[in-house]
Amino acid sequence: MTLHLAVALDGAGWHPAAWRAEGARPDRLFTAGYWAELVVEAERGLLDWVTFEDSLGLQSSRFDAPDDRLDQVRGRLDAVLLAAALAPLTSRIGLIPTTIVTHTEPFHVAIGIASLDHASRGRAGWRPRLSARPDEAAHFGRREFPPLDVADVARIRRLFGEAADAVEVVRRLWDSWEDDAEIRDAATGRFIDRDRLHYIDFQGEWFDVKGPSITPRSPQGQPLVTSLGHDVVPYEFAARGSDVVYVTPQDKDDARRIVGQVREAEATVGRTGPELKIFADLVVFLGGDKARLDDLDGAALVSDAHIFEGTPEGLADLLVGWRDAGLDGYRLRPGVLPGDLSAITQGLVPELQARGLFRKAYETADLRGRLGLARPVSRYARAS
Amino acid sequence: MTKQIHLAAHFPGVNNTTVWSDPRSGSQIDFDSFRHLAQTAERGKFDFFFLAEGLRLREMKGRIHDLDVVGRPESLTVLAALSAVTTHLGLAATVNSTFNEPYEVARRLASLDHLSGGRAAWNVVTSWDAFTGENFRRGGYLAEADRYTRATEFLQTARELWDSWAPDAVTAADGQFIRPGGISTFHHEGKHFTITGQFNVPRPPQGHPVIIQAGDSDEGRNFAASSADVIFSRHSKLEEGRAFYRDVKSRLPRYGRSPDDLKILPAVTYVLGDTQEDAAERAAEIRKAQVSPQTAISFVEGVWGRDLSAYDPDGPLPDLEPDLGPGVSEGRAQFRGDRGAVAAKWRALAEEKNLSIRELVIETAAPQTFVGTAASVAEEINLFVQTDAADGFIFVPHLTPGGLDDLVDQVVPLLQEKGVFRADYTGPTLRDHLGLTKEPS
Ligand SMILES: Cc1cc2nc3c(=O)[nH]c(=O)nc-3n(C[C@H](O)[C@H](O)[C@H](O)COP(=O)(O)O)c2cc1C
Repeated sequence: MTLHLAVALDGAGWHPAAWRAEGARPDRLFTAGYWAELVVEAERGLLDWVTFEDSLGLQSSRFDAPDDRLDQVRGRLDAVLLAAALAPLTSRIGLIPTTIVTHTEPFHVAIGIASLDHASRGRAGWRPRLSARPDEAAHFGRREFPPLDVADVARIRRLFGEAADAVEVVRRLWDSWEDDAEIRDAATGRFIDRDRLHYIDFQGEWFDVKGPSITPRSPQGQPLVTSLGHDVVPYEFAARGSDVVYVTPQDKDDARRIVGQVREAEATVGRTGPELKIFADLVVFLGGDKARLDDLDGAALVSDAHIFEGTPEGLADLLVGWRDAGLDGYRLRPGVLPGDLSAITQGLVPELQARGLFRKAYETADLRGRLGLARPVSRYARAS
Repeated sequence: MTKQIHLAAHFPGVNNTTVWSDPRSGSQIDFDSFRHLAQTAERGKFDFFFLAEGLRLREMKGRIHDLDVVGRPESLTVLAALSAVTTHLGLAATVNSTFNEPYEVARRLASLDHLSGGRAAWNVVTSWDAFTGENFRRGGYLAEADRYTRATEFLQTARELWDSWAPDAVTAADGQFIRPGGISTFHHEGKHFTITGQFNVPRPPQGHPVIIQAGDSDEGRNFAASSADVIFSRHSKLEEGRAFYRDVKSRLPRYGRSPDDLKILPAVTYVLGDTQEDAAERAAEIRKAQVSPQTAISFVEGVWGRDLSAYDPDGPLPDLEPDLGPGVSEGRAQFRGDRGAVAAKWRALAEEKNLSIRELVIETAAPQTFVGTAASVAEEINLFVQTDAADGFIFVPHLTPGGLDDLVDQVVPLLQEKGVFRADYTGPTLRDHLGLTKEPS
């Protein structure tokens, strides 16, 4: 069995001082050209997909509020639009933007990701993320949002419950047009068969959505849903609505333990259909600049994910070593862009290929197929 | 002084103007359709490419309307993708101010402006109906009278967000990614929005994206006169266009603006032929395709507010009075007006000219603006602009995606020869194309 490899793109890289690294292009972070070069390089390396981070507030060194730091990258582009701008420039790599389900309307998300799937001919995914920051809620002014106490499990469950409803709405909207709804029947003057369009009639605690979508069913039917989790509640969230879960093991034993928790979460929520694909997130430095960047930033990098420093060969050893803990693949977060990305595509990938562990060409044009996931029939299609 | 003409391309809509039964009619959703029309418009040096929006599928008699093209992508997503396959063309998205929030819309438009190098435009529309609201968490909560107070405050708030980053906030030098004071905190407190914090996208290359407005009421015209760079109007006849033009331009001084600050671009259609007669013949065929027998009945049902499926489209109008109750159509502005008056007008016209239902609908509901040879259409376009019926046009083709091919190949060169339309782009941004020189703030 071969490995799956995704890369998480964000700003100048995952080190907060990455914009000050050799070869960084901080002046171009807000241009399409900067991102095009990265994604074209990732596709040249035959990577499964790239993810794009997003948030509805400024980046921060704190999880719960903005900070006043001006020495780190601040500001970003809307991830769905960024992914869309890259779609015509690539042909195989998956494009997975993040959206914030706590504030963004599920209807808007559903049509945005479906449109990305149309524009990329079946390479779209989605990473739903929730926001726990009061300052982000204040950008919308629609709800009271006290600071989150990480020990307040009931509130965390409610936030994830709302997010799960958003995912359910989005998935229903993606199915709300059957594949053959468009008939163009000149004899009866009908463009569509309206019996093959469906109201989703979602009613929940946080929102009601009628449907159907305004966007016809997309090439993949259901774009790939991927979410990040660090604990049981987010694993259950993933088990309810995601196809892929990103996890953050610190070593191989931890990976084994987490895989167990994920499988348990699937049982808890009664997941049907294919098992979650489990990808481990790793921050990777393959160019040896971490120590200098730590100095510049004034502190050693802290991350939720394991931080790997070393050579592409060393990284290949780690990936192979942890894999039989039950991982399907990895999402690598390059410490520095573009340096650590090219080290992945030009160092790690050939190394894995030489070991017979990575593809030599893309097997499928669409993203789901790459993971062995079939194109699902709409849940509303009548058996005929 | 000779005015320069502005041209825009409208992707074919989800209404009966778009002919889907023609064998040349392509997909309304495949990206190649969008690419073709956008690249055609750019080949013709158009100012911008335009996408409309409707956030709920239209319904007739409680069921999804199935006679017209159905299904559209999310506007900004497709425009972002088009930014990668065009270099100068402006990219205009229709985005509703009722079922969105300023922080999100401001950051998406700012993002499109960055990705396209200063080519983004926002058509601020105000549909507020509870029918559409059923797709959103807030539901249909907005009173009609509030649609423009919300739109005005929404746009004002978006401008505050765009202005909250200094143009030179990103320095990325001397250990500072953002220069001190580069990002200011916004506070907005108003009837519709009370928000505070920090915006998270750098100031757009154009300062603010180009603002388009498409409402027609007195409030809508004032909103345009105070706040918009472009009006997308329905007034595509010469006299009517001049009256609208005079009316709107005369409102500008009230807001300290000059006539050049607001471009008036009516939506228009066109049909070309080798001769005038040939064009007229083609135009008649297109109108017939735009109004199928079923579409004809559906239009009369919309006005009459009744189920008329038992009537013969080739027969006379029903002898019934219209039902002026809630109506049978949802999601279309068309049937919102005074249906009683429209019905009376239609009946009078049908009697006067002895028209069947279908003939009547063809006559009233399938208007064509420019019909003629390339030379006569170029002449007419120029006449409209030079005599102040418009500053240019938004062309709505009836075919996807090739519906503007002959306009660009045959008419645009004639306008260029006359010296009334650019032979090439003179700047990179949409504001450059529109001649909007003032820095927005
Ligand atoms: C030419 C034209 C095009 C319009 N296009 C749209 C559209 O794509 N989506 C939408 O929701 N509303 C659209 N509208 C509706 C207007 O933006 C506005 O909300 C509506 O006309 C009510 O405002 P009013 O009373 O000032 O006319 C359009 C209006 C006009 C005149």
